[in-house]
Amino acid sequence: MTTKVGVVVFPGSNCEHDVVEALQGLGADAELLWHGDATVGDVDAIVLPGGFAHGDYLRPGAIARFSPIMVSITDFAAAGGPVVGICNGFQVLTEAGLLPGALQKNSGSRFLCAPADLIVASAQSALTCATNVGDVVRLPINHFEGNYTCSAETLQELRAEDRIVLRYVSNPNGSIDDIAGVCSAGRNVVGLMPHPERACDPLLGSDDGRRLLGSLLATAGSRLPA
Amino acid sequence: MRFPVLVEVRLRPGIADPQGATIQRALPALGFDGVQEVRVGKAIRFTVEAPDASAAGRQVDELCQRLLANPVIEDTTVSLGEPV
Repeated sequence: MTTKVGVVVFPGSNCEHDVVEALQGLGADAELLWHGDATVGDVDAIVLPGGFAHGDYLRPGAIARFSPIMVSITDFAAAGGPVVGICNGFQVLTEAGLLPGALQKNSGSRFLCAPADLIVASAQSALTCATNVGDVVRLPINHFEGNYTCSAETLQELRAEDRIVLRYVSNPNGSIDDIAGVCSAGRNVVGLMPHPERACDPLLGSDDGRRLLGSLLATAGSRLPA
Repeated sequence: MRFPVLVEVRLRPGIADPQGATIQRALPALGFDGVQEVRVGKAIRFTVEAPDASAAGRQVDELCQRLLANPVIEDTTVSLGEPV
């Protein structure tokens, strides 16, 4: 059975087609879900793509978290379903309380658009289960508000529970503890600022993103009835 | 009664404020040498219908927590005006 992934489109999302193409390239069935939908339907995994949901008005993700589909996504995540937020999608997940912390403006006051080397810090997550701790992957970053921050208590909890999933080799934005991606306590919800979907073909400079999105499909597939 | 409300949203101490830093760097060029600690926030004005000031205050506090500010990185100050 083919794994079916729902890619959520908010007004202002702009990476949804890249995500769909990358997932299809890995053999998955990917479909777009509209933010105003009442349900996520029968998908096996969900991706919140990058962009500027609701224009990033107020704060990135602040309005998107109240989109009707978020209720169904929260239920899906609570039931253990894999949910990945990429870039703006990560910001939406933190605003929705599905992931801890927040993304503040880059410490260097610059919008960053460059390849970034990342170290897999935990292979126990929906997005890294097919990688090994210490693996280095190269993915593009493309953000202004990508500087991850959280309280000292939250950081301690993330470390103690092995929930820091990816770290920057060379911290580009001031993120606390070099964090590029974190996961939920259940390890099924993952947020990251870099874009795996833009690194799925050697022609684009890296196909390391396939390992991460492949992990997501493996996680989703393992939940399907045999 | 309808109360005018002003919510000031500020970045918490220690949170990066590139806008504030940029403004501060620009000021000496205009001759303002003594300006420091520039922080950029948001001012949000609206009116709210409530039976009395404390009910209005409770409503505003809740909407600040749920939408207007992200408590991880922002603080708010609420000013409630005289009902109109």
